[in-house]
Amino acid sequence: MEESRQVDERQLSRNLVPLPMVVEDEGLPDPRQGDVDEWGRSERVRSFIRTVYEPMYSKWFRVEWEHFDRIPAEGGGLLVANHAGAVPSDAPVIMHGIESRLGRPVYGMADYFFRTVPFIGTMWSRSGGVAARPENAERLLGEQGQLALVFPEGSKGPSKSFSERYHLRRFGRGGFVEIAMRSGTPVIPLAVVGSEEAMPVLFKVPALAKLLGTPYFPVTANLLAMGPLGIVMPFPAKIKISVLEPITFDVEPGLERYPRSLVLEQADRVRELIQEQVFEMLRSRRSIWWG
Amino acid sequence: MGLMGRRVLVTGADTFWGGRVIQALEEEPTIDVILGLGEHDPSVPFERAEFVRADQTYSILHRLVRATAVDTIIHTFLVSDSTTVSSRALHEINVIGTMNLLAAAGAEGSKVSSLVVKSSTKIYGANERDPYFFTEENRRSTSAHTMVERSLIEAESLIDDFAQDHPEIAVATLRFANVLGGGLRTPITRNLSRPLCPTLLGFDPQLQFVEATDVVRSLEHAVKRDLRGTYNVAGRGRIPWSEVVKLAGARPLPIPAVHHKLLMRPFQAAGIYEMPDELADLLRFGRGVDTSKIEATGFRYRATSAGAVQSFTEQLRLDRSAGRSPTTYRYEHDVEQFFRHSPAVVDRR
Repeated sequence: MEESRQVDERQLSRNLVPLPMVVEDEGLPDPRQGDVDEWGRSERVRSFIRTVYEPMYSKWFRVEWEHFDRIPAEGGGLLVANHAGAVPSDAPVIMHGIESRLGRPVYGMADYFFRTVPFIGTMWSRSGGVAARPENAERLLGEQGQLALVFPEGSKGPSKSFSERYHLRRFGRGGFVEIAMRSGTPVIPLAVVGSEEAMPVLFKVPALAKLLGTPYFPVTANLLAMGPLGIVMPFPAKIKISVLEPITFDVEPGLERYPRSLVLEQADRVRELIQEQVFEMLRSRRSIWWG
Repeated sequence: MGLMGRRVLVTGADTFWGGRVIQALEEEPTIDVILGLGEHDPSVPFERAEFVRADQTYSILHRLVRATAVDTIIHTFLVSDSTTVSSRALHEINVIGTMNLLAAAGAEGSKVSSLVVKSSTKIYGANERDPYFFTEENRRSTSAHTMVERSLIEAESLIDDFAQDHPEIAVATLRFANVLGGGLRTPITRNLSRPLCPTLLGFDPQLQFVEATDVVRSLEHAVKRDLRGTYNVAGRGRIPWSEVVKLAGARPLPIPAVHHKLLMRPFQAAGIYEMPDELADLLRFGRGVDTSKIEATGFRYRATSAGAVQSFTEQLRLDRSAGRSPTTYRYEHDVEQFFRHSPAVVDRR
């Protein structure tokens, strides 16, 4: 079954993902020329990236999904995953996998820091990156029924060193739970294995991070093994992604505020579930490279 | 309550927006009286509106409001383009002018029951931490660092206080996105009308525009419906600046963002381009606003963001082919008074 899926996945990735109708059309002329949507995502750019990234996805990382059918084919969903590797491979892999299989866009929420970087910030935005603001996520999920991918560990995930691998960091202040509650969308937890070994962080240089204004400056094994190429090139670790049972919160959507204790409790629960699943997958993993 | 029998005062009657609003109101025969208040001569002809001259800060408003018993004030004279006036005048007009206006409207004996203010989404600023769509309740992400933003914030806070102190008066503040079309000149239109249009190198922010007629229509809508509160007004959709430049028929001129001030200075001095700080921020991070609140009151736009760009482009092409239409109108006080008040005039319309 996994085999047949991979075939039509490759076919799909060449076709354009149809963009969903966002607002009711009142027949106003809209003489647009480009295809950049209101989030800055361009389907043409995404489609090009999917074509280029496909060998990376299927040959280099040989990505395998478990319970892919738990990802909704339509309607909003907040994908929550663990985050790892100095330049994390988990985000592009998850976005590529879902977009090519389901033919629907995935918006990757990340630090607003990207918006300040010329060229990279624009590319990031065109390829589906959105600044992680609760207002943005709620509009995407609630009003537009899209898929949004968040990493609640934030930059604390990818910046942790190799000795702490697969130990999930604190899930922020549980903002993602509040977003899901307010927009009335399910949380879909994803456990990712392999991303830690793709780009292990040996040590960090805080002074350089400060100088460059980046959230962190890691020295990776890739950097030592491959030189400058190691900045972008991950090791070919086998990446496995397990989709956990979607979680819907039993609260009224659209409220201004939710009880802090409930939010933190639920955030912790999601974190525990992902952590447990990651350990489970590591227990059955025989080889870093072959899975 | 509609427009029947209303007595309307429009501020900034000598400016682009005041003139446009008065002309639109003149189309409504049920309005009783239209008064235009301005510092200079009006630049467009009025048919039946009366023009009253006042200084920048409207110190005569007090007398005027009482004497004419106006029930509606449309305050179009908040300056949001910092290149047109000095920063001192900006403060005088936006803050002191608004303060005098509010004092007059709230004074004893005033019949004012409705106040509509034309503000700007510049009040939100433009920053990397911003949400992609500001709602009216969202606060700006960082403190204001340009004069125009500061003065708008101050003016709006005066208006908020006024609305709280006078619950019997319907106060509506409309925050407009960057306006295009209808012969309006702003730093953005100036830059777009050149063959090469400045962009910040490596940045392609997403912007929202509102078409000039939608500005006038929404102000009228706010008066008709006696709207209360703050509303964002912007055409649907956000467009990358690069696409705006392309739609306007220009080519991008990328300027390194770190040195943009230094590099733009000679162009600004030569009057070729305009790049006030608030525009530089916008061309870096863009801005979007949520407009569902005004749409929920029944307002319908004539143009999307891209439609506004299109309307601007068409005007630009016309100007290029046929030349800018010369301003033939000159305000003559005696002539206007004759047509309005002389017993010799039989048909006043």
